[in-house]
Amino acid sequence: MSELLRPFEFEFFRNGLMVATVAGALCGLIGVYVVLKGMSYIGHGLSHAIFGGFAASALLGVNFLLGAGVWGVASALMVNGVTRRRVIGADAAIGVITTASFALGLALFAVFGRAGRSFDAALFGSILGVSTADVWAVVAVAAVAAAVVFFAYRPLLFATFDPDVAEVSGVSTSRIDALLMLVLALSIVATMQVLGVTLIAATLVIPATVARMLTNSFGRMLVLATGIGALCGFFGMNLSYHLDVQSGPTIVLVGAALFAVVFAATGVRGRRRVAHFDAHAAPATLTATGPAVHR
Amino acid sequence: MSRAEQALVELRHVTCAYRTGDGPALVDVDLEVAPGQFTGVVGPSGSGKTTLLRVVTGTVPLSAGSVVRRRGLRVAYVPQVETVNWSFPVTVAECVLMARTSGRRLPWPSRAERAEVAAVLDRLELGDLGERHIRELSGGQQQRMFVARALLGRPELLLLDEPTSGVDVRTRHEVLHLLDDLNGDGLAIVLTTHDLNGIAAHLPHLVCLNKQVLGSGAPRDVLTPAVLERTYGSTMDVLEHGGMPIVVDQYQPSNVVKMRRASGS
Repeated sequence: MSELLRPFEFEFFRNGLMVATVAGALCGLIGVYVVLKGMSYIGHGLSHAIFGGFAASALLGVNFLLGAGVWGVASALMVNGVTRRRVIGADAAIGVITTASFALGLALFAVFGRAGRSFDAALFGSILGVSTADVWAVVAVAAVAAAVVFFAYRPLLFATFDPDVAEVSGVSTSRIDALLMLVLALSIVATMQVLGVTLIAATLVIPATVARMLTNSFGRMLVLATGIGALCGFFGMNLSYHLDVQSGPTIVLVGAALFAVVFAATGVRGRRRVAHFDAHAAPATLTATGPAVHR
Repeated sequence: MSRAEQALVELRHVTCAYRTGDGPALVDVDLEVAPGQFTGVVGPSGSGKTTLLRVVTGTVPLSAGSVVRRRGLRVAYVPQVETVNWSFPVTVAECVLMARTSGRRLPWPSRAERAEVAAVLDRLELGDLGERHIRELSGGQQQRMFVARALLGRPELLLLDEPTSGVDVRTRHEVLHLLDDLNGDGLAIVLTTHDLNGIAAHLPHLVCLNKQVLGSGAPRDVLTPAVLERTYGSTMDVLEHGGMPIVVDQYQPSNVVKMRRASGS
């Protein structure tokens, strides 16, 4: 038991654990919208795009959160703007904009050297560099994301489920999409330190996917995905210490293991739901005639 | 002119085109929707029926012309069920409550909202299904659920895009009876349909559309061989049964060739 509690004696671990748990909850929450909008790839793309901002902020000597944040928000809004035109698909827009930004980050590192925070930490995450300020930054972004989801719950749900009808019903889907992109970009910037750019996408997608297998209610899915993300962050970080493996991969592997268990356990329930649906299908009849509604 | 007589929506010489370069979706369209009116819009695929509804809702930019809506008009839109993501994790009650996006900011419904949702679900005979997932409903129930969502916004004008597409005859009758009841309560309705005999012939007012309005009036006046040929580019016979027109497609190989030539395929 004392061996399990030993890492809590270290401040860097307590900071890392706090960040991993809050970051997991944050990614789980935002991941619900990402997954349901069919934009799972954007987490992957945007985290790479932000790598460009990471490189630029390191080279310019500006605050990492500020530089990467501005870069990430700009990339997210560009993806959103291109996608809304409907001429180019979301996957292509994400592919072009985010990979270009990622490539720019690599080029900056190649030309000017790897200044500032470590290259590997940005790619795969590390708890060693997590300061108290980083903890507060993640908590602040999580609080903003929770507030946005809480107070814009209804328009966010409507715009995610049925954007065309939502627009007719008075929801500004362009503003809602932009707001979601903004929160997503901030979430990725805030969690990049622990998870790394290559693994953030998994923490966005896995909790939401596991939650979807457990419920048919949107409200419950949000709560479940947030809780699952937090649990994966907490247990992944503890495992990371004891197995001496980087935090990002460990957190993702905990999530993947949970996915496998839930997938196996809910397979039967899924089939039951299909059978339940068939039992309620209305039988066809060809004998009746239609009502006249002439007036 | 009193408010009761004033048109809900008036389209004047409306032309609009998408950016895909396929040419205009609508050309010089005039249309007026009066309070309590029940109109069906018919036309071939790609004739601009859905675009016409989107023009009425104000979600499509116009290339030319204007749309005048009565001040404060409440419009509700029921989408084609084929466009709905039926795997989305949402219960029937959650889906209906989506209509309430303004006012209360809290995620959960107030007691009054819960009562309103229950009342509208009861009215549409979905009272026991509020906690079901939307995929667990039959085709007719799914259509009624979206009508319930529309009604929760207390609309004066209800727009429905292909409300009976892909449903069986009994469901089609259920939907038509429901819309007839709602129209009887004073709700103006505009729907699009491909079903000339099962739906269009039963409505009080029809608009034949193929980029432009090619006929407008009662089914008896609009469902004629001449108007139908202009609208569909295909010859059709029109018979009469029980005082209603019945459209019979004249399938001939020469017609098929003519249609292929017209479409350039």
